Amino acid sequence: MSMLTINNVHTYYGNIHALRGINLTIEQGEIVTLIGGNGAGKTTTLRTISGLLKPREGSVTFEGENLAKYKAHELVYKGISMVPEGRGVFSSLSVTENLEMGSFILKDQKEAEKNMEHVFTLFPRLKERRNQLAGTLSGGEQQMLATGRALMANPRLVLMDEPSMGLAPVLVELIFDIIQQINKEGVTVLLVEQNALMALSIAHRGYVLQTGEIIISDSADKLKNDPAVQKAYLGME
Amino acid sequence: MNEITKENFLWSALKIGLLGGAIALFICLIGMTEIFSKRAVIEKVITLGQFVLLAISVSCGLIAARRTSQLLRSPSAFSGLTAGLVAGLTVGLVLALFILAGDKINFRAVFLNASPALYKVLTFEKGIGGAWILPAAGAISGLLGAAFPLIPTSVRRPLFHAVLFLFFMALFSGLFRVVIINQGEKGEKIAKYLFGQTGMTVPGASIFFVLVGAISAFWSAFGKQIKTSASNLPKGGKIGLRVVAIVIIGIIALGLPRVSGPFIAQVIVIVALYILMGLGLNVTLGFAGLLDLGFVAFYAIGAYTVGLLTSYGPFGMQHISFWAAVPIAVLVAMCAGFVLGLPVLGVRGDYLAIATLGFGEIVRLLAGSDFLINYFGGPQGVIGIQKPCIGVLEAFTKIDVPRMCRGIELKDPQDIYYLAIFSAILIAFVSWRLRESRLGRAWMAIREDEDVAEALGINLIQTKLLAYMLGAAMAGLGGAIFATLIGSIFASSMQLIVSINVVALIIVGGMGSIPGVIVGAIALIGLPELLREVSEFRYLLYGAVLIIMMLVKPEGLWPSQAAKRELHHLDAEAGTEL
Ligand SMILES: Nc1ncnc2c1ncn2[C@@H]1O[C@H](COP(=O)(O)OP(=O)(O)O)[C@@H](O)[C@H]1O
Ligand SMILES: [Mg+2]
Repeated sequence: MSMLTINNVHTYYGNIHALRGINLTIEQGEIVTLIGGNGAGKTTTLRTISGLLKPREGSVTFEGENLAKYKAHELVYKGISMVPEGRGVFSSLSVTENLEMGSFILKDQKEAEKNMEHVFTLFPRLKERRNQLAGTLSGGEQQMLATGRALMANPRLVLMDEPSMGLAPVLVELIFDIIQQINKEGVTVLLVEQNALMALSIAHRGYVLQTGEIIISDSADKLKNDPAVQKAYLGME
Repeated sequence: MNEITKENFLWSALKIGLLGGAIALFICLIGMTEIFSKRAVIEKVITLGQFVLLAISVSCGLIAARRTSQLLRSPSAFSGLTAGLVAGLTVGLVLALFILAGDKINFRAVFLNASPALYKVLTFEKGIGGAWILPAAGAISGLLGAAFPLIPTSVRRPLFHAVLFLFFMALFSGLFRVVIINQGEKGEKIAKYLFGQTGMTVPGASIFFVLVGAISAFWSAFGKQIKTSASNLPKGGKIGLRVVAIVIIGIIALGLPRVSGPFIAQVIVIVALYILMGLGLNVTLGFAGLLDLGFVAFYAIGAYTVGLLTSYGPFGMQHISFWAAVPIAVLVAMCAGFVLGLPVLGVRGDYLAIATLGFGEIVRLLAGSDFLINYFGGPQGVIGIQKPCIGVLEAFTKIDVPRMCRGIELKDPQDIYYLAIFSAILIAFVSWRLRESRLGRAWMAIREDEDVAEALGINLIQTKLLAYMLGAAMAGLGGAIFATLIGSIFASSMQLIVSINVVALIIVGGMGSIPGVIVGAIALIGLPELLREVSEFRYLLYGAVLIIMMLVKPEGLWPSQAAKRELHHLDAEAGTEL
């Protein structure tokens, strides 16, 4: 049984038909990437999985359970965390306070402290800046913080929305290294990216989304060599 | 080159003077000067009206001198003094021009307050020939203002504090006089020595001036030393110091209403009730970021609940005791918070402001309506609200007959004072615990970003509803005490302006800050209540204070930690951009 199954999902904004019958599966332990251009529906897909949007048709199933009956905030308890587009850190709170917010659902203070230590070993930069206001961090540091905050809730599936957006290539590499590392620690990742080349270099499998529809799905290696993908998303002729 | 800059600094002094003149003229034309002239700062020496006009030209002189030192490449004492003279003179000239013009043109047709009495005040009762006095006084005071920065700090500070204190004493002299007189025969003698009918006496003013000046001088000389030696105390000593301070404050708080008399006690109670409302809105708006412009509704609901449950008048429903009615009132207000919260849950920003505004008006209109007159008394309100009784309350006998209290009845404002102060302290403590709690963190998260908060596992509906409900409960408690304080309630006292006051006091105090609510309530509610003379200009001063606050101290008088940091952070950002 797959960890996550999206079956023929249609999502609307009012009468704007944003997702037009999407099918997607994620296996336990994978990094799966969803690539596509601007406005393809990548964020909409993540918001649909995390319950912030409800599909008008179709179903999202997580570990065998239909998610339709859960509210967005309940899905965090199920083990799904999100790193939102544009990071969404609480800019007037410190790094530590942001991380504490990430462990909001944990009842056990000890566990929260342990998770924070873990985040600090993943991102030593954050530890150095633990008392700094999140709003004064650089873009890369904010991305680390948003990622660390998502990990604070002990997720089994992390949804990441364009973590490379606006970052220098070195930083993108750093973030992607961390994604691989947390994946090795057993966290499944759905990575949404416009930066297809980078995403495909760490993902196991990938899907290509175009105007609300999945047009191609294959293993990451195959996608990298697919002429259509190369032409459209990898900037190769 | 030098010529140009020289012209510049005099021109800027002139502009400052014109601006000051416009403000002075404005104060005259709205009738402030006339009213203030009936009050003296020092009897037979200077009236409050003159003092305010003087203060304007002194400030103009000071500002002009400051500006000069910025404009000129090599500023001298002489150029600063010249600028001050010009600015002060201009202020006086504007007023003099007004007097001369007023001799020919009847301004009164447009400005009601351009009365003969105003001209009398401005010409020092010397008729049109006295018009020259103002420019002369303006020039001298402008000069004084400009000379002020030249005085060494060790003298300047005490001087400034002493003058400020005199102004303060002048405003409140009537109150102090009555309070001292109330302390018996000796008090009466002292009061007569220090205060006359309209202001301080010459010896009184001198005593205050010297006293405050001396204390200020002492503090600026030794204050630092005292502070460091206090912070160097061992831990036990520090705690001891704190305990002593708390005990002293406690004794003052306990004894105050006995000493001050009912009027001041009532003002303090009103302030405490606004603190309760402010703390409530601070939960909804300050903590959770949910605007509510109809907050008076919960206050009204608390008040009406206590009124209807305890009144011995025609609309009394239950005749229970005040103590039993309070928790019910708080609960009912909480339910009202729920009822308001549900429909506006999905609403954000401007729409939220309008929706809550509507709610406040609906509650007031329903309470005062003829439709529900049989329940709420319509415009006549609910009267005969039972006072709180510590002891045994006799059974209800008959309409319009108060129930007997065997024990202590809290019937005067001086008694209710203790109830109000205790409630305010209790709720301040509750607010503080709430902010530090898990719920407080959830509020903070939704205030910052609702979507992210939800993605972190925060139940938006529950968290927002709790913010509305707990805020409403606090305001409901305030309303409950208000009902028993006044003894009768009318829908007409639950106006929109109350809600606006509460929002304003939170902004002035500092959004999200608990001490800020207290400071804001004292500044915006307490001071105007005490200053009955200025009550006519209350909202004018209000507006001025709010605008000045937003320009000078946007984070509030006593900002919360978060607000302080956010502003610093913005400063830091602005700094990096430069
Ligand atoms: N809040 C919204 N209201 C209406 N339309 C939206 C909203 N958000 C996104 N859309 C539309 O849905 C489509 C998919 O958007 P999105 O999922 O944000 O794309 P991506 O993340 O791939 O750039 C776009 O056509 C966009 O215009
Ligand atoms: Mg997107």
